[in-house]
Amino acid sequence: MTDPVLGALFAMMIIIALAAIRLTDLFAVVIMFSIYSVLAASMFVMMDAIDVAFTEAAVGAGVSTILMLATLVLTDRWERPSTHKKLLPLTVVTLTGAVLLYGTLDMPLFGDPDSPANAGVAVRYLEQSYEEIHIPNVVTSVLASYRGYDTFGELTVIFTAGIGVLALLGGRRRRDKGDDR
Amino acid sequence: MRINPVLRVTSKIMIPMILLFALYVQFHGDFGPGGGFQAGVIFASAFILYAMVFGMGAVRRAMPEAALKVAMSVGVFLFGGVGVVTMLLGGGYLDYNLLAASPTDGQHLGIFLVELGVGITVASVMIVVFVAFASRGRRS
Repeated sequence: MTDPVLGALFAMMIIIALAAIRLTDLFAVVIMFSIYSVLAASMFVMMDAIDVAFTEAAVGAGVSTILMLATLVLTDRWERPSTHKKLLPLTVVTLTGAVLLYGTLDMPLFGDPDSPANAGVAVRYLEQSYEEIHIPNVVTSVLASYRGYDTFGELTVIFTAGIGVLALLGGRRRRDKGDDR
Repeated sequence: MRINPVLRVTSKIMIPMILLFALYVQFHGDFGPGGGFQAGVIFASAFILYAMVFGMGAVRRAMPEAALKVAMSVGVFLFGGVGVVTMLLGGGYLDYNLLAASPTDGQHLGIFLVELGVGITVASVMIVVFVAFASRGRRS
């Protein structure tokens, strides 16, 4: 994390996350989540992961914001004040955060050539994929060809989510006026 | 919302461009960033914009729910079907090498079809989910 731009983005993400926790206006919270996704996408661009950044921008900042806003229309804009004791949740969250931070100490540095992600089968993909598949974008080769099963699984997850939403909310049992928003 | 001329005109100009950009992302995914997932989401966002400006009824007329349900399944079916076809051709599941005369042509065709399946399902699921939420109306 020596890059100052990455550091600045990271600091902004922390500020946005804290703002999202503090705010009680849920509309503002949804917008904070959207900004958080845009910042995450910018970080991915800085790390040269353009495909991931693209997905984060389209799904995280775009569609999920819209879906959360659509949910907000159905419920309430303002968060109800909490009646729980705050000490126990704070302890749990602090402990979990500390354990997660401790876990990151063992992780390889960003761009470390000896890390498991860079040393294993990835080397073969980078060296062979153009000969084997003849597509310049290695991400597409890995996603659709080398890891086709995984992508099929992801697609099935999305399909199942759509079926689930239709089963719960579909059918248009009431308010079938058509034109009203 | 529907009487605002600025919103109406701007979104009418934007929607075809968003759809075109989605198709570009879909079919250019082999060469640049992008692919079925991103293209599907961008394609759906054009419909969501249409719904927000012109109302849910307009979207239902443009894209009936029955068609969306079919499209949802067609995408998964296309992806899975490519795998079954490669098995019938004597290879493994999703082994695109056998789809065309040369292995790289087969890979091109396989990836194209699979990404198309991803795009169709993602786009229709996103529209279905949005329509399902937005059609319920405000809680009384």
